[in-house]
Amino acid sequence: MIPAEFDYQRVASVDEAISALGTGGEDAKLLAGGHSLVPLMKLRLAAPALLIDMGGIEELKGIQRANGHWSIGALTTHATLQSSDELGVVAAAASQIADQQVRNRGTIGGSLAHGDPASDLPAVLLAAEAEVVARGAGGERTIPVAELWQDYLTTALTPDEVLTEVRLPALDGYSWGYEKFTRRAEDWAMVGVAVLAKVSDGVCEDVRIGLTHMASTPLRATAAEEALRGQPLDAEHIAAAASAAADGTEPPGDLNATAEYKRHLAGVLTGRALRTAAGG
Amino acid sequence: MSVTEAPKGGNGYVGQAMKRREDPRMITGRGNYIDDMILPGMLYMAVVRSPEAHATITSIDTAEAKAAPGVVAVFTGEELAGDFAGPIPMVWDPPGVDINTPEHWPLKRGEVKHVGDPIAVVVANTKGQAADAADLVIAELDPKPAVVDPEKALEEGSPLVWEQFGTNKTHEWAVAGGDFDGALSVAEVMVEQRVVNHRISGAPIEPRGSIAEPRAESLTLYSATQIPHIARFVLSGMLEIPEDRLRVVAPDVGGGFGAKLQVYAEEALVLVLAKRLNRPVKWVETRSEHMSTSHHGRDQIAYVTLTAKRDGTLTGVRAKVIADLGAYQQILTPFIPELGFPVAGGCYKIPAIDLNFVGVFTNKMATDAIRGAGRPEMTYWIELMMDKLARELDMDPLELRRKNFIPKEEFPYETPLGIVYDSGNYEGTLDKLLVNFDLDAFRAEQAQLREKGIHRGVGFSTWVEVCGLAPSRAVGPQGVGLQAAFWESAMVRVHPSGSATVYSGASPHGQGLDTSFAQIAADRLGITPEQVHVIHGDTDTGPFGWGTYGSRSLSVGGEAIARAAEKVQEKAKKVCAALLEAAPEDIELADGKFSVKGSPDKSMTMAEISGAAHIPPNELPADIEPGLEEASFYDPENFVFPFGAHACIVDVDIETGKVKVVDYYAVDDCGPAINPMLIEGQVHGGIAHAIGQALYEQVVYDDEGQLVTGTFVDYALPTAAELPSFNTDRTETPSPVNSLGVKGVGEAGTIAATPAVTAAVLDAIKPTGVEWLDMPLTPMRVWQAIHGDGPAATEQGKDIPEHGQGSAGSGPASPGEGGPS
Repeated sequence: MIPAEFDYQRVASVDEAISALGTGGEDAKLLAGGHSLVPLMKLRLAAPALLIDMGGIEELKGIQRANGHWSIGALTTHATLQSSDELGVVAAAASQIADQQVRNRGTIGGSLAHGDPASDLPAVLLAAEAEVVARGAGGERTIPVAELWQDYLTTALTPDEVLTEVRLPALDGYSWGYEKFTRRAEDWAMVGVAVLAKVSDGVCEDVRIGLTHMASTPLRATAAEEALRGQPLDAEHIAAAASAAADGTEPPGDLNATAEYKRHLAGVLTGRALRTAAGG
Repeated sequence: MSVTEAPKGGNGYVGQAMKRREDPRMITGRGNYIDDMILPGMLYMAVVRSPEAHATITSIDTAEAKAAPGVVAVFTGEELAGDFAGPIPMVWDPPGVDINTPEHWPLKRGEVKHVGDPIAVVVANTKGQAADAADLVIAELDPKPAVVDPEKALEEGSPLVWEQFGTNKTHEWAVAGGDFDGALSVAEVMVEQRVVNHRISGAPIEPRGSIAEPRAESLTLYSATQIPHIARFVLSGMLEIPEDRLRVVAPDVGGGFGAKLQVYAEEALVLVLAKRLNRPVKWVETRSEHMSTSHHGRDQIAYVTLTAKRDGTLTGVRAKVIADLGAYQQILTPFIPELGFPVAGGCYKIPAIDLNFVGVFTNKMATDAIRGAGRPEMTYWIELMMDKLARELDMDPLELRRKNFIPKEEFPYETPLGIVYDSGNYEGTLDKLLVNFDLDAFRAEQAQLREKGIHRGVGFSTWVEVCGLAPSRAVGPQGVGLQAAFWESAMVRVHPSGSATVYSGASPHGQGLDTSFAQIAADRLGITPEQVHVIHGDTDTGPFGWGTYGSRSLSVGGEAIARAAEKVQEKAKKVCAALLEAAPEDIELADGKFSVKGSPDKSMTMAEISGAAHIPPNELPADIEPGLEEASFYDPENFVFPFGAHACIVDVDIETGKVKVVDYYAVDDCGPAINPMLIEGQVHGGIAHAIGQALYEQVVYDDEGQLVTGTFVDYALPTAAELPSFNTDRTETPSPVNSLGVKGVGEAGTIAATPAVTAAVLDAIKPTGVEWLDMPLTPMRVWQAIHGDGPAATEQGKDIPEHGQGSAGSGPASPGEGGPS
């Protein structure tokens, strides 16, 4: 449990981080909380030659609302998200990440850039249709989260880019539900489901369902969404959506859950999250 | 016999819920654990381990590792072969039974037998350098077929873990009393079941670690161990170091749960390296090393048959146990499955008991003692079989238990196996449990909740365990056959100013015995616990002792302290009598004063007496030796048998299979309390441990023998978030075995609780028709059982096969032959 030798550099600005990434090349890694990266380093599954600690970049911390969006700095901790009720489903999901010690250190940017499909926030932000801002030597760009995660622990970020911000539609008028299934409170999700629904005139004007750990990236449960769009959010339609939740998924099985069990869980949890969104 | 009397001395510290005095130091980071210790010139060892479950070592190239920065030395098994006079020993030699025991060397030559088997060591100036260089050792291993399933391992044609034995069977051991076959032939009712008790890890918060320090002509081993004296005895033999030149110290040890009741390869390796390099050498286990190379526990399959009359009267029980022992025989490996045999009949009158144990080699880490060690397995199946029988008889499971309890009037009670239960009142704990837990109200609530779709259930365990290891004649070479004894030592030294130091041969590692030992000594010396310093775990400071395990430290080690302190008290009374011009028998100790009966103004304190004992005034007769120090070596005449009644309440999410423990009630009886708070702590920890096994924890190897649960991500220890607040209570039935009347409590919760948890789950899901589940009751397993397509559901249909009767080494005669079809 001793990491391989590495250099450590603490930076005070995004520009400094980008410059350090340029120097360190592909063997450099950004540290933004460290609760995923450091355990991997201790197990020697990751061995960056240079660790660039972003902890001192004050400009990347905090939550602001502007122009119908929430702007969340990449270094905002899960603990801050958890206590920001105005973020709705994001706050609810953040409150269930690992344990309080992890939430006190772990950050939203670190989690999204790590790209673990079992993490809580990716499926939530996928359902929210959020986007991230990435800045590199060549400038700044925005990436919709639907395009951010490409495979297990693989993102669209280039090696010289720093994820600086998460932009989240305000989602006023949406109700939500979040269900995470674990063996123990602190575990990664066996399966997780995030629901956002906007009901007008008794029918679902919009509904979005994000699935955690049903593939190598977070997924949208499109068949379940389809079953509800334009329909009332009632028991009958929720049941139909739940039964379609795992359609098209081929989740990886593991020690605690076969693919079949995960698909079953996705249906159960989708039903529960939808019932929460429907108000009980 | 003084169990009904107040403690001699009457200071009254015994019985008080004193806070653990060791805690402030430990919880403020001022403990002294192995990882805290840094010695001048110390080197660090890293161990290169087999990634294969079973393989031939073709070559090991250490050149690159030797050239790495900071590396002092790299050795393979071949290179250190001459440094060991003997292999790691196994100490059970049961009369009339041969146990296949392969030579077990600290570093492997030729073949590796499980993932994690050590094949080379690297010594470097820092632990980082040692870890880096260990990655550079290139071992070529030629894989062989791995043996993973213990029942398949017994089948004809199975690959062999050890070819020289011609079988994977290690041994067969049987014990019987009464006529089980007779009971079976006339049984009005019979229930049978294949019961799996899966593999678990000890997982103490502090992993293992050792430092060897050479100085002059002596070696010191600091080690996170439960058995410093046994370790010295064993290691001095393995390394041909005279015992008087080897000192073993257990500093603060952060839990053991049996995983540190062992002599491990790494302890021998740091000693050999320190000797070779003439510098201190340290090794601290990583958590992943702990999961793969600290011994595991349980891993048994029992085929159980319980017979009864139609009215519920038990007539016999038979269990045929297949125990997966892993690849090597560690110190007690083959004995642990059998260790629970004295309580195989539980707290019930069963006229015929027939037990048969078969050990099996597999390509896994060895099993050995983990908290409870043999007794949780027995308790698990007897309690669940009682429930099963109750279902068969359509009888209330608690009524069935009461009908068969050994009545309190019949103690001491001799079982058909010749074991004498020292004391008991099984009705008493169950009665108290049902006062604390309103079963009728629960059943009403349960029915209401079911209508709302909430599946709540309750499970009971009325259990007895055997501990206080141990009467040496019963378990020693001429008894059960352990090449050891199990008395305990104590030395009580009163200093000239009146404070005292107590040396114990037990080796506490988190139990709180510093506190309870001081309470026992203080009452008998007429001083306060604060004036008693307790020292243990150092072979150079006190007499030989047998360590801490098997819930023995209070009932054996504490009794030794009581006896030594009473000897001191007797001598103190003589000194006091001489100086107060009274007869020794007229001196009484009360409220911290030694005074003359009837003349309370004529008195002395322990400080005054000890001052006189050390600087004798002329009034002290010459035939009273100076000084105030006594030792005691106490060998108990019997085991002690704690018991109790537990109830677990769970909710099962029927849609997902997830189990949540919502409430837990326990009534324990471990005799009179020395410190009720410590008992409560031990019961809490024990129950948590058992809930961990029942619902969460399992060591898993895949079909190739690869360890799947190498970290705490996959090995799911429960946390506080998974556990309810426990409702604990006690009754006090004194043991006649020792003067304190005490029984052990360190393992009780772990022994008691697994059947209660499983029974609660089965009760909760009763409407689904599921009647049996094997632990751990993970969400997927419960869900699969409910939906009728999982392994838990198919296993309940397995037949009960016949055991083979062959002796060890005669070939794979096994339950597999009868064939689970």
